[in-house]
Amino acid sequence: MASMRLDINGRPYTVDVDPQTSLLTVLREYLDLTGSKYGCGEGACGACTVLIDGRAQRSCITRVATVLGKQLTTIEGLASGEQLHPVQEAFLEAGAMQCGYCTSGMIMSAVALLKKTPQPEESDIVNFMNGNICRCGTYPRIVSAIQKAAKVMGSAAAGKGAGR
Amino acid sequence: MNKEIASGFILEPERYELSAKAPYRFDLDRREFFKFLGAGVMVVSVLKTASAAQESGGGARRRGESLPTEIDAWLHIGEDGKVTVYTGKVEVGQNIRTSLSQAVSEELHVAIAKIEMVMGDTQLTPFDMGTFGSRTTPTMNLQLRKVAAAARETLIGLAATQWSVDRARLRAADGKVTDTQGNRSVEYGALIKGQQLTKTVASDVALIPAAKWKVAGESAAKVDGRDFVTGKHRYPYDQKLPDMLYGIVVRPDAFNAALVSIDTAKPEAMGAVVVHDGSFVGVAAATSEQARAAAAAVHAEWKADPQVSNKELFDYLRKNTTEGKDPTGDGDRYDVGSVDQAMAAADHKLQQTYTVSYIAHVPLEPRAAVAKWDGDNLTVWTGTQRPFGVRGQLAEAFRIPEDKIRVLMPDTGSAYGGKHTGETAIEAARLARAAKRPVKVTWSREEEFTWAYFRPAGVIDVMSGVKHDGTITAWEFHNYNSGSAGIRTYYEVPNQRIVFHPVNSPLRQGSYRALAATANHFARESHMDELAHVLKMDSLEFRLKNLKDERLRAVFQAAAKKFGWGTSKSEGQGFGMGGGYEKLGNIATFAEVKVDRKSSEVKVVRVVSAFECGAIVNPDNLRNQIEGSNVQGLGGALFEAIEFENGKILNGRMSEYRVPRFADVPSLETVLLDRKDIPSVGAGECPMVGLAPAIANAIFDATGVRLRALPLVPNGLKNS
Repeated sequence: MASMRLDINGRPYTVDVDPQTSLLTVLREYLDLTGSKYGCGEGACGACTVLIDGRAQRSCITRVATVLGKQLTTIEGLASGEQLHPVQEAFLEAGAMQCGYCTSGMIMSAVALLKKTPQPEESDIVNFMNGNICRCGTYPRIVSAIQKAAKVMGSAAAGKGAGR
Repeated sequence: MNKEIASGFILEPERYELSAKAPYRFDLDRREFFKFLGAGVMVVSVLKTASAAQESGGGARRRGESLPTEIDAWLHIGEDGKVTVYTGKVEVGQNIRTSLSQAVSEELHVAIAKIEMVMGDTQLTPFDMGTFGSRTTPTMNLQLRKVAAAARETLIGLAATQWSVDRARLRAADGKVTDTQGNRSVEYGALIKGQQLTKTVASDVALIPAAKWKVAGESAAKVDGRDFVTGKHRYPYDQKLPDMLYGIVVRPDAFNAALVSIDTAKPEAMGAVVVHDGSFVGVAAATSEQARAAAAAVHAEWKADPQVSNKELFDYLRKNTTEGKDPTGDGDRYDVGSVDQAMAAADHKLQQTYTVSYIAHVPLEPRAAVAKWDGDNLTVWTGTQRPFGVRGQLAEAFRIPEDKIRVLMPDTGSAYGGKHTGETAIEAARLARAAKRPVKVTWSREEEFTWAYFRPAGVIDVMSGVKHDGTITAWEFHNYNSGSAGIRTYYEVPNQRIVFHPVNSPLRQGSYRALAATANHFARESHMDELAHVLKMDSLEFRLKNLKDERLRAVFQAAAKKFGWGTSKSEGQGFGMGGGYEKLGNIATFAEVKVDRKSSEVKVVRVVSAFECGAIVNPDNLRNQIEGSNVQGLGGALFEAIEFENGKILNGRMSEYRVPRFADVPSLETVLLDRKDIPSVGAGECPMVGLAPAIANAIFDATGVRLRALPLVPNGLKNS
């Protein structure tokens, strides 16, 4: 057991936990941040995806000791107050879910993709997202949601640029 | 073994996991009900059988203080105008929370946002057998429309009395009743202030015809979608109670194993709660890691007899039918004309065997439950398609009456027919009873792959006879084990022998989306293509020649048109079709594949589906269901199969069992045929059944290789 300080969604948390514990378990069980989901426990489905310093990582195979001093973002920290992130908005608009269990991980992966590749081709989306499973089969809608979000974020960024 | 229920819906024999339970009799006192809900108007819908009995005087007329007993849905409007709808149906991603809200909104003229659906809570909602068989839209959607329409008429009546005017001049709209001849209107909430009215839905309540729908019939966003994109929604896996412990069940190392010896001293010394009760062994501890460590410290020895492996499976299935041996094992049989004579007289005869493997549902959320005892009252939160069925299982397991048990079902992370049972509910409740604290049990992916039930594997023999001109004269069809859903042919054949042979399955098996209709359509629609090939006829022409059903012809023709059937193909390209009738819907699916003969890779490039399920309730959600059926169906068609040996699953991990991913998805095109003149039926299952044969037929078209086993190409196409 060790006392650990974590930076999650811009807030400091302290947990007393075995450093070998998975980040997913810490988030869900110790901090009650249950938006990140368990799906397979081996990093093969993407339901547990969180951002670690902006990069999409599978929290179920990430030991909590390895994320000290890093900035974590989970699905709970994506919206600013009532204002949803454009990717969240786009998932709603595209109806890109059925049961929604994969949605958190899909959105977190998509946010990381758009950070890396702001205007992705369809093949970029398929390649980047291929580690995330949706058993309801809403993949085409997720692709179109990511395209929508890219468009919205692209024009918002252009608007900001013009204002400067 | 077919069981018929009140609605005339037949339970297919392959729903092995269902146990027949007497319906719960709701008997809440009317005053108690209003105490719970507050004043207002309450409208209840009474099951046909029960109301018929009342009308004929067969049952005591219950008026005044208590409610009729056989209720299937009800709705309450409070003094604040809030509408609450109660149904035993549950939400597992099929989006009925939204489509049922639409139905109520349409008839009651209230915005969807003002409607709350209370679903699948055995204490608050009426009994429901379960959410399966694509029954919600044809039954519950209709019932709720009637309930909402009756509420609307009641509100108009109240306003007419209040204003002393003829009700014909009053209109309900936007949560208000308006006087069309005077300049006045009143909100529903204000109208019912201080009232305690109970109404039963009259059989002749007027519904808005589909052609005039404004809310139903249009696409509506998932009602609580925001909770899903923000991670706020709590699935069963996310439930948490104060002082809750985490439980883990200690599993045998093979199916059907008996416990030989057990030593629980170590986990007990670690401070874990340990339960050893008959064949059940489980532990509970303050954290999931402690529980895992305690479970690992249990020393248990198991013994199992040698068991069938998937290598000898199909031979085993054919040789181990249970017909005549087991009183519950009677198959389904359908005979018409004389198959033997017709076969002897046929110009061409064809006999082929098709097989399907066991596959797993792989719901992304594995089974989960939290259980809590208050004295001898038990409350369980769990993900199940049958909350009332789970309550029955709990009552049986703990030998307590059902009225001591409450099962609640938070909207759950998918099911596909795989969550009809209450394993985790029982496990959590057993551990919680010993711990005297709430206990949560969540299955790991490996447990879900191993201890849930599978879609049945099956062997199907088809023998057919045709005339030179393409008329089918004889059709014999034997299905071993996989099931009887969709077993009958919709092609016109004067002589038929169709038999379902149940088998004592080596693996635990049960319902899977579309049931055996997937296997039966695969065999039938593949065989139709093989016959067309023998006759040197075009596949579509051959089907239409033997098909009279107008609705089914319409979907085949619509899909063919959209697909561009009959266009020429390039090297490695292949086109195929499959379709049929299932769960009252009609589907035709056309597929285009590309086969790389060098790498032996098969890629499904394009899928066109034409679907008709009567009047469409929510077109966007319908498209979503059809697309989802095709994407999920790709797995079972192309590569999914459970491998097992001697009582062990060999590929029970997400990294070892391939499910469809982004890169597998073809271009999906959907044609919706909206028949406003036909009652709406469900759409979660039927669209799946045409896909596998369409792909198999397209592979044959591309390569000349006929594949008769699902999955078709688990390792690519072996060159032959």
